[in-house]
Amino acid sequence: MSYYGESIAHSSLLGVGLGILLGTGINFGIIVVCLLFGILFLWLQQSKILSTDTLLGVLAHLALSIGIIVISLNRIKIDIHAFLFGDILTVSSNDLWMMYLGVILVIFLVSFNWSSLLLVTIDEDLARAEGINPIYINLLLTTILTIVVAVSLQIIGLLLITAMLIIPAATSRRLANSPEQMALIATLIGIFSVILGIFLSVEIDAPSGPSIVVVSATLFFLSYLFNFLIKKD
Amino acid sequence: MKTINALISASNVSVIKHHKSILKNIDIQINKNDFITIIGPNGAGKTMLLKCLMGFYKPNFGKIQKKDKLKIGYMPQSINVINTMPMTVKNFITVRKKYDDISFKQVVSEIDIRQLVDKQLSVLSGGEMQRVLLARSLLNNPDLLVLDEPAQNLDISGQLSFYKLIQEIYSKRDISILMVSHDLHLVMVSTKKVLCLSNHICCSGKPQQVAQDPEFISMFGKDMANMMAVYQHTNHTSQIDNHLIDGEIK
Repeated sequence: MSYYGESIAHSSLLGVGLGILLGTGINFGIIVVCLLFGILFLWLQQSKILSTDTLLGVLAHLALSIGIIVISLNRIKIDIHAFLFGDILTVSSNDLWMMYLGVILVIFLVSFNWSSLLLVTIDEDLARAEGINPIYINLLLTTILTIVVAVSLQIIGLLLITAMLIIPAATSRRLANSPEQMALIATLIGIFSVILGIFLSVEIDAPSGPSIVVVSATLFFLSYLFNFLIKKD
Repeated sequence: MKTINALISASNVSVIKHHKSILKNIDIQINKNDFITIIGPNGAGKTMLLKCLMGFYKPNFGKIQKKDKLKIGYMPQSINVINTMPMTVKNFITVRKKYDDISFKQVVSEIDIRQLVDKQLSVLSGGEMQRVLLARSLLNNPDLLVLDEPAQNLDISGQLSFYKLIQEIYSKRDISILMVSHDLHLVMVSTKKVLCLSNHICCSGKPQQVAQDPEFISMFGKDMANMMAVYQHTNHTSQIDNHLIDGEIK
């Protein structure tokens, strides 16, 4: 299910295109399209016609392709490159406020539903037995992912958002002893990667998204090395 | 009005999936201090019946009534211990549970997992994991314990000690148990009622009665039926090994 985030990210380009085309703004377009995509995916997954991986593979790339077609057919003048790989120079101060709002919303949603999210992650039937309906938790997860994608699209780029969903968490896994610790350490590693990555991109004039991912992947390998050395002692 | 006293009562429950009848006209009542074991071949709808009774799955037909504020402890067959997330046993047992320190310690000593509490879930053996799952299902003092093939992944000695533990819990706590199990010969001494399922209820009753039922014999063979009948003769002992010794002396 790690690639669920990637699929939602891929569908965001369609949101960008439609948002510009209909004049509703990029952010609004992304949120509506990603949410609809997430719900469509959950619904298809529920019906169990296809395996989750197949479903994600088909839907994610279909969404990306439709997004690119919509943008090019309508001759929308945007830099697709910036949306694919991230370009920090496209971020306006207005976008910054959207990010603050998004971050607060995500922190609130995650911490308020933390134990339910945990239990559904461990085992859906166990969660059901304790009165949680996994469908609501999956919808909540979709909403959270949509917000994350919307606020980080311009900096990281939609092709690399998955990297930031997976790599800091995987790094933190090596260092943490509980899910709470893991979330906290992953957040710190994410922040650190973004700051260092942006400095790197300024220094060597590289796009921001890949620079951030390179930094966070480096930290990932360092954490393995660190773990390996400690275990040796 | 027996229905209101029952913890769960299902009447005429049918489930149809992909044009196939999974459960057909099931009537079952789970009362206070019942110990019911559901047996049946693969694909008999055992897990589906549990899901319906617990309210995870809405049957196509029929009615399921639960007693008000019924507390169910559920122990699944197994969980996929996700290696991607660190979690201690204590963390897992208590996540999303309202509990106090005393009841936690009580469950830990009852299930005998004191030495596991601070371990990571990912390093547990199959038998240890089953105990942890059992401890979690008992933490809230449930009225009904639902077990879905709880000893499936254990070796024979693990199975024996696990069922012994279940027997102890049943005799010490004020609890009802509903269990799906293949290990018929091992649960016979504990269970009060056996329900033989093959999409419909073939037969049900005390283990000895069920063992003599023609439908049961045609499903599980004569050997199994004989084995069950033998176990049932010595119904005062709760120790399987005792009984075996008895048999040899005779």
